[in-house]
Order: sequence, then C-alpha cells, then structure tokens
Amino acid sequence: MTTSFLAAEPVRAAAGVLQSNAWVLIALPLLGAAVLLLVGRRGNAWGHVLGCATVLAAFGYGLALFASALGDPHPVRDLYLFSWIPVNALQVDFGLRLDPLSLVFVLLITGVGSLIHIYSIGYMAHDQQGRTGGANTERRRFFGYLNLFVAAMLVLVLGNGFVTLYLGWEGVGLASYLLIGFWQRRRTAGAAATKAFVMNRIGDVGLALAIFLLFAKLGTTQYTEVFARADELSSGVLLAITLLLLLGACGKSGQVPLQAWLPDAMEGPTPVSALIHAATMVTAGVYLIARANPLYTLSEGGQLAVTIVGAVTLLVGCVIGCAYDDIKKVLAYSTVSQIGYMILAVGLGPAGYALGIMHLLTHGFFKAGLFLGAGSVMHGMNDEVDMRRYGGLYRYMPITFVTFALGYLALIGFPFLSGYYSKDAIIEAAFGQGSWQGWVFGGAAALGAGLTAFYMTRLVLMTFFGPRRWENLTTADGEKYHPHESPAVMTVPMILLAVGSVGAGAFFTFGERLVGYLTPALGELEEGHAGVLPHVLIPVLTVGLSALGALAAWLFVGRRRVEVARPQRVSPVVRAARADLYGNAINRALVVRPTDGLARGLVTVDSRGVDGAVDGLAGFLGAASHGLRRWQSGFVRSYALSMFTGGVLLVAAMLAVGMP
Amino acid sequence: MGPVQAGAVVLAQQPVEPPPIEYAAIAPVLLMLTAACVGVIVEAFLPRHQRWSVQVGLSLLTLVVAGVALGAYARGAGTGLTTLAGTIAVDTPTLFLWGTLLALGFASILLIADRSVEQGGAFVAESDASSGSSGLGASSGLSASSGPARGATADSSAPSPTMTRATAGVSGMRTEVFPLAMFSLSGMMVFCAANDLLTMFIALEVLSLPLYLLCGLAKRRRLLSQEAAVKYFLLGAFASAFFLYGLALLYGYSGSVKLAAISEATAGSDRSDTLLFAGIGLLVVGLLFKASVGPFHAWTPDVYHGAPTAVTGFMAACTKVAAFGAILRVLQVALEASSWEWHYVLWTVAVLSMLIGVVLGLTQTDIKRMIAYSSIAHAGFLLVGAIALTDRGLSGTLFYLLAYGFTTVAVFGVISLVRTSEGEATHLSGWAGLAKRSPLVAAVFTFLLLALAGIPMTSGFMGKFYVFSAAVTDGMVPLVVIALVASAAAAFFYLRVIVLMYFNEPAADGPTVSVPGAFTTAAITLGVVVTLLLGVLPTLAWNWANVGGFVS
Repeated sequence: MTTSFLAAEPVRAAAGVLQSNAWVLIALPLLGAAVLLLVGRRGNAWGHVLGCATVLAAFGYGLALFASALGDPHPVRDLYLFSWIPVNALQVDFGLRLDPLSLVFVLLITGVGSLIHIYSIGYMAHDQQGRTGGANTERRRFFGYLNLFVAAMLVLVLGNGFVTLYLGWEGVGLASYLLIGFWQRRRTAGAAATKAFVMNRIGDVGLALAIFLLFAKLGTTQYTEVFARADELSSGVLLAITLLLLLGACGKSGQVPLQAWLPDAMEGPTPVSALIHAATMVTAGVYLIARANPLYTLSEGGQLAVTIVGAVTLLVGCVIGCAYDDIKKVLAYSTVSQIGYMILAVGLGPAGYALGIMHLLTHGFFKAGLFLGAGSVMHGMNDEVDMRRYGGLYRYMPITFVTFALGYLALIGFPFLSGYYSKDAIIEAAFGQGSWQGWVFGGAAALGAGLTAFYMTRLVLMTFFGPRRWENLTTADGEKYHPHESPAVMTVPMILLAVGSVGAGAFFTFGERLVGYLTPALGELEEGHAGVLPHVLIPVLTVGLSALGALAAWLFVGRRRVEVARPQRVSPVVRAARADLYGNAINRALVVRPTDGLARGLVTVDSRGVDGAVDGLAGFLGAASHGLRRWQSGFVRSYALSMFTGGVLLVAAMLAVGMP
Repeated sequence: MGPVQAGAVVLAQQPVEPPPIEYAAIAPVLLMLTAACVGVIVEAFLPRHQRWSVQVGLSLLTLVVAGVALGAYARGAGTGLTTLAGTIAVDTPTLFLWGTLLALGFASILLIADRSVEQGGAFVAESDASSGSSGLGASSGLSASSGPARGATADSSAPSPTMTRATAGVSGMRTEVFPLAMFSLSGMMVFCAANDLLTMFIALEVLSLPLYLLCGLAKRRRLLSQEAAVKYFLLGAFASAFFLYGLALLYGYSGSVKLAAISEATAGSDRSDTLLFAGIGLLVVGLLFKASVGPFHAWTPDVYHGAPTAVTGFMAACTKVAAFGAILRVLQVALEASSWEWHYVLWTVAVLSMLIGVVLGLTQTDIKRMIAYSSIAHAGFLLVGAIALTDRGLSGTLFYLLAYGFTTVAVFGVISLVRTSEGEATHLSGWAGLAKRSPLVAAVFTFLLLALAGIPMTSGFMGKFYVFSAAVTDGMVPLVVIALVASAAAAFFYLRVIVLMYFNEPAADGPTVSVPGAFTTAAITLGVVVTLLLGVLPTLAWNWANVGGFVS
C-alpha cells in the first residue's frame, strides 16, 4: 500500500473548547440514564422529558462539534482523558478519537436517537404490557435504558482504542438485552433477550480474543499505535485478528452464522427495533471493520472472509424475508440483509469502506423510518403484527402510509432516492472486483436487490392495499380492530426520517461529499479496476432486477386474494425460508445440544465428585470437632495436664531432633 | 546483675557507675507506668463520682502523649539501640510493636470506658464490693472450677441460668480497671522490648497479673467471670513456671540471661546440648501459652468467654501482639543459630494450632468461644510467619499483628452491642436474622468476619498474604499449603455467622442491638477503618513494618 492511501495521522491534542470537552457527549445520556434509573417513582412525571432532552442536547453538541471540525487542518484528533488501566505492561488510556468516521456516527446515533426518543413518548404512553408498575414507571424505565444505550453506543464509536470500544460494545449489548426483554411478563421476550445475549457473547469472545492477540503481539490496544505498527504483524496473525474481529462483527450485526438472534429481538418495543436493531447498534460490526481498515487492508484473506459473510448474509436475509408474515420480522430480515450489503462493501477493502458507511447512514434513515411506520401501524391495529390481518390501511393512516412508502422506495433502490445511490455504489464496487469475485459478489448483490424489491413490495401490498381483511376479524382479546392514525409526536419523527430517506443519498453522493469527508479516517476511495461489466450497465441491471422483483410481488400477492390463515401446503423453498433456513436448528445441533451435554456432565462431576469430596471432608471435620470438644471439659486440672503433655512432647521432640 | 552486686561489695573504694539511660527512647513506657501509678493514687484520693471521668481522661491522654513521644523519637531514631544496661532494646520492631500496642490500647480503653451499652459499664459496680465476696463472690467462683459448677464454661454444656444472674444495684463501675489496664499495657511494652530473659519474665508477670484481675470483674455472669479469672491465673502460673524453668536451663547452658549472649553460646558447640534444647522447649512453652497457640491454648475459650467483653477484646488484641513480639525476638535474636533443631518442632506446633482452632471452631455455638478458637487458628498463622527467619517474615508478622489486633477489638466491640435483658447474647442462635433488625451492625460485623477469614479488600487478606509469601520464600511450601487449607476451612464458621445474620428469620424474643455510646462507636469505627484501610492501602503500615530488624 502506498503512503498516499494511508489515513491521516492523528493529532494528540484538541483544537478548541468543543473538542476538548467532547466527553460531554457521552456524559449527557449517561447522566440521564443514571437519574432515570436511580431516582425512582419521583421521576415518573418528567422522566421522558429528561430522556429526550439529554439526547437532543447531545445531538446539538454533536452538530456543533461537526461544524467546528469542518475546516480543521487536522481532521483526526485523539483526546486523552485519563489513564484507565495502568498495570505494568498493560497501559490503557481512556480517550476519544474525533475524526470524520466517529463524528458521522455521533450524528447518526444522536440524530436518529433523538427522533426515536420523541416517538417513544407517544408509543410508550399507555404501555401496559409490562404491568410491573404503572404506565409512567414503565416509560421512565424505558427511557433510562434508551439513554444508557445511547451513552454506550457513543463510547463505542468515540473510543480511541480497542478496549474502550469493547466497553461500549458490551454496554450496548447490555442495553439491547434489557430492551429486548423490556416486556418482562412475556415469556417470549425473556427468551429472545437471553438468546440475543448468548449469541452476542460468541461474537464478543471473538472481539476479546482479537484484542488479546493485539496486545500480545504489539503490546498496545490504542488505535494510533496499533495501526501505525500493523505491518509488523505476520500475515498469519493478521488473518487471525481480522477473522476474530469479523466474528465479533457477525455477533453484533446479525451476520451468518450468528444471525438468528436479530429477528427474535423484535420482541422488544418497536422504537427499540428501530433505533438499536436497525439503525445503530447492529451496524457496530460495520463500524468495527471500517475502523480496523488498516488491518483489513493488509490482509487479503481477512477481506475475502468478510465479503463472503456479507454476500451469504444478504441473500439469506432476502430469502427468509420473502416467507414471513410478521411485519417486524420481515423488516428484521431486511435489516440482516442490508447489513450484509454493508459488510460486503467494507470487505472490498479501500474500494468499499466509505461506501459501506454511506449505505449504513442512508439505511439508518429509511430502516428507522420503516420500523417507526410499522410501529405506527401496530399502534393503530391493537399491536397486531400479522400482515395477513392487515389490508387497505392506506386510507386510515395516510401519513404513516406516505412516509412508509418513501422508506420502501428508498430501500428497494428506486432511482434518485437514498437507497439507489448507496446500494448501487456497493453493487458497482462488487462488480468492479474483476475475475470470479466480481461475478460472484456482484451477482449476489444484484440478485439481492431483486429479492429485496419482491419482499418489500409484498409487505406494502399486504399492509396498505387490497381488501380490508381485518374487518371481519377480532383480536386475541376479542375486540374489533379500529385502525387510526397515530398522534403527531409519532408522525413528526416519521416525516423527518422520510425526508432523510428521500434526500440523504443524493446529498451524500453529489460532489462525493461523504466519501471525501471520510477520507482522513478511511483513506482514499479506490476506483474499481476494469470491472466485469461496463459501468453504465450496472444501474440499469439493478433497477431492472428491482422492477422485476416488484412486478413479481404484484403478480403473486397484489393480484391474488391473500388468505388470512397461513397456507400450509407450500413449496420446500418456502418451508425452509419459514424455518429461517434452519438457522435455529443448526444452532441447536451445533451449539445448544453439545453445551447442554457438557453442562450436564459437569453437573454430575460437580455433585458426585467435588461436592462429595467437600461434604465428606466437612462431615469428617464436624465429627472430629465434636470428638475433640470433649477435651475442653472446663476442669483446670485437665487443662494443666494437656499443657503438661504438650510441654513434655515438645521438649522430647526438641531433644530428639537436636541429639540424634 | 553481676556488675551491680560486685559494685555493692566495693562500694567504699569506687563509686558505682550508673548505666546510661536513653530516656527519649523509653519515654513511652515511662509515661505509661507513671500514668498507671497516678491512676492508683486517683483511686485512693478522689471522691467516687469524679473517678471515672478522671481515669478515662488520664488513660486516653497518656496513650496519646505516649504515642506522640514514640512518634517524635521514631522520627530521628536510627536502626536501634539497647539501653538500661542492655536490658531493653529499642529498635524498629520494638517501635512498631509499641505503636501497635498504644493504638490497640487506645481502642480497648474506649471499649472499657463505655457506660451506655451496659448501664454504668460492664464492670463490677461499687456496691458490689461486699456482696461479691459474700454471695456470688470469690469463694464460689473458686469452687466453680471443680465443684457443682463443673463444666459451666466447657464447650460441652451451655451456661446454666444461675450464671447469668444480674447483680442488683447500679452505681457506676469500678474504676480500678483503668490503672490495671495501663499496668498491663506497660508490661506488654516491656515484654516485647526485653533484651534479656529475666526482664522478659518480670514483664510477663507485670502484664499477666492485672489481666487475671481484669478477667474477673464482669458485672453480669459473675461466676463465669471469676471462674475464668481463676483458671487463667492457675494456668498462667503454670506457664510462668515453664518459662522460668526454661530460663534457668538456658542460663545454665550459656551462663547469661542476655539474648545476645545466648546467641553467642549456641554458635559454639562445646556445651551440653541437653540444657539448650530442654531450655528452649520449656521457654517456648511459656511464650506459646501467652500467645494462645495450640496445644497450649486450653485456657483461651473459657477465659475469652468468661471475661467482660471489653477485656476480652483488650486481651485478644494486645496480649497477642506482646507475646508474638517476644516470640519473634527470642527466636530471631537468641535462637537463630539453633533454628535447625527447633524449626520443625514449631512447624508442627503451628499446624496443630491451626487444626485445633479451625476444627474446634466449626462446632461452637457461642460467638465469643468461636472467636477464641479463631484466635488460636490465627496464632498458628502468625507462627508460620514467625518461624520464617527472614526480614519479610518479621515484617509480615508485625503487619499481621497490627491488622488482626484492630479487627479483633472491633469484633468484640460489636459483640458487646447485641444484648438481651440478661446481658450480652453471645449464643449464636440470638444472632439469627440480625440483619433485618439492624442492618448497619450486621454489615459491620460481616465486614469484620470477612477480614478474619482473609477476604481481599480487608487487612486480614494482606496480613495472610505477607506472612504466607514470606514463608514460601523461606521454603516452607507444605506449611503454607496446610495454612491455606486451614484458612479456607476457617472461612466456614465465619460465613456461618453471616448466613445466620442475613438469611435466617429473627427469633421472636431475640436480642436487641443497643445503640452504642460515643466510646464504643469510636472504638468500632477505628477498628473498621483500619481494617479497610490496611486492606486497600497496605503500604501505609507495611513501609513502617519493613524497615529493619532486631538489635541486641
């Protein structure tokens, strides 16, 4: 790699007041979380206001920081805060890395986060699902967890070393666990939370091992030093580190083979799905790989593994998404698949880092908008999630429909909306790889675009168009459906996100604004080699495939009658897709059963062997104690005798040892 | 001794040259002795109602002033010196031990002085002076050790109800306890600084005699208290005899009672080894008795149980410091050359002490007896450090003494708070569910028990760490393994109390926790703070304990 490619050297000082106090960004939501979770019932009345205020303030700070950094001659700055883990050879400083990459994430997290916080005020106003306290108690707890999530996510993206990143990584994992299981009374929610936590743990072990390996080989975990000395690592170590980091990314971002937790995570309240499991947290894997770009750039094997994971995931997500009837699960698999695109992009190396981030940002807008739209639909439909029970809703919730439709168009890559620019660029870069890789990855990405159009069109048709299937149905509680539009506190964030869905892609692309901005952090964007397909052909191909997918959806779904009951006699492909392409079965066979067996075996060893030995010893000591107590008779004469005996024995021993 | 007698004979011709005295070095001891004497005069001349406040003020003030004098001297002191014709050695271990003793003495006096937990104090009231001897007094106390009250304090039976009879009439405590405690403390200070065996013996008696008396002064459970005093006295006399016999044999072996001279003699090999080894054995028995090391521990549970709780705390903390100070000095200064012979004997004694303390502690049902067995086990741990004849062994043992002393004083302070109408509820069943009634007391006691068990973040852990690591460095790995197993087993009976306090339902007529007065609060707080501080920042005391060895 030439030096011109390398990212800008970081400067270890802050330019202005705003930058040197950047810790405020993290402190604000953290303080909010602490207050909301510790203050108790007294905070019920104003808890949600505080929760929104801290995130909004952080967004404001982030904007100011972003603006002040625009003209900065040193776009990459390391901000030292304090010595965190000073142990002999292991010296970890707690510091912040302020560069275009982290600032973009800060804006995404706090910006989308603010909108979703505001939306949640309405969504959680009458939450009775938890029933552990009043609605207000539940809402305060909810905002406390959301604030905690924002703080942890900011630590993740702002940290200037892998250990700081790991702190945030675990923090968002905790917040995600708490929020998936937020409705504690539902058994399924608890199970989903546990599943997410355990599967994430597998990824986390990968990340932790990667950090250990970095420390063992380089003696440091700070970005600056690691990246500067990455070329000291042997290719085998580099491959190991990049694969372990990829394992971490797979866990957090729901990539194959660790994808199964993400759809289940939709058990949480819908704003959580929008913020954590669509727009921000699940993209942490993409961030990780983009952040570690100097390592991946040096390891072709690592890049290849990343692209394979991305390509497989994007197809798996699309296929399963076609088969589900649960609106949130379809969106969840759509998320899995879209993150597959991003992973594919960052796996392409210098040709794709910035493109992956761009798709991440546009996806953040339209997917969050789609989830909020789904939440709005559910809000108006008594929390019904089965699309077979929807139909013709566009008349009853027009704002939801329009915003949702814009998000949908952006997602399937309708020309000149957000997704068109970002996804198209990825597909183009994939084809630009040349040789077999270009055909395989480019083909997978283009095929994915067609499938995406199919399942998303199916979703929109089933939800907003067709006959009103809900009219003759009742909810599980036996009530009639009364679809209605949501209040302004929910629709306004949806409208704002829809604006982003429409315009963000064009805004980022014109004049290569985003790519240029990110260059100091990610390096120069390499143009593809002579690709396997001519440049002009690719957008045509993509749009064509998408149109084909949408048409197919209209032919199979829009034109026909949708049964309320789920058809049982279906083709093997659909059956496999409905079973998540057997992802859960594979997990169960490969991980759960062996672990269960091991645990059972260990329990046997523990209860028979270890406990037996300990209990036996305890019994022996107890018996000995009871026996010896008789000697403590209370008689001075016997005490004196025992002393005398002891003295005689001691003197005898002395003489025996001393005079052989 | 020799020069003085010779001087008397030739008095006419030649003036006696008095030995030079380093007053600054021994100022703390002199201050303490003076204060004790003044205390006696106060008893004699001051009216009854003024004595308590004057005695408390005098004792505490003296302890502080002695501490200041010690600090002032230690600031400029070198590696150490001997004074008073070489009978007293003031070196860095001495200074550390004195400081420890003064601090522990301060905390103990605070406990002894308390009059709010037990109305009027835990000691014999004035009006009891006559009734004590006629009714429940000394004579029946004496008979208790053999006659109808047989086994009253034994492990195998619970105290009979007659023993817990409260005395009538409360009119303030006997204030003799203060000068007695001060005399005892002075004796302890001389004991651990004594550089010849005869001085050590005198100091042993000076520290012991007041202790015997203190043990018998409890206001409640008079019989138990007096029985304990008599047992302690009889067995103490027995142990003194051992010590004296050993002293005589060593004098016969080396021709001197000075530690340095004995050390010199053992380095040469042309003398009777029988005298030496028998002498060491007997001398050590006397010392081990004072330190309540098993198998010379038999008095410990009964005396800890019977003595007034404040005195138990004083005894458990300060006597252990003084006795181990003396053991360290004798082993390191006088007997180092013959360590090959006694090393494995004391090795075995340490193991026995740990085993006895731990095994018997497991089944105790009385909290004071349980702590007594715990102290026997701790004596075993301390001996592990004491027989590692290195600087680290010395400083580790010193640190352990300091840490253990403060924890113990606080433990007995807390025990004195949990009471029924009959006095202290020392039976473990009374402690069930204590955390529900008074969470703070339960939390403090839990912390102290964890310190005794040696859990990290407490001084107990650091003490064990220093002592055991010194022993490992000295090549005693098997002993350390046994000690670790013993401390793991000992953790059981500490944890049992914690479980009892937190996870059991309180009994309906269970004891209540008295609101401690300022004195007891101060003593407990001091103990807890030191326990925590030395657990978190052990270097505070370690740097001081680790500066130098003995001089002779």
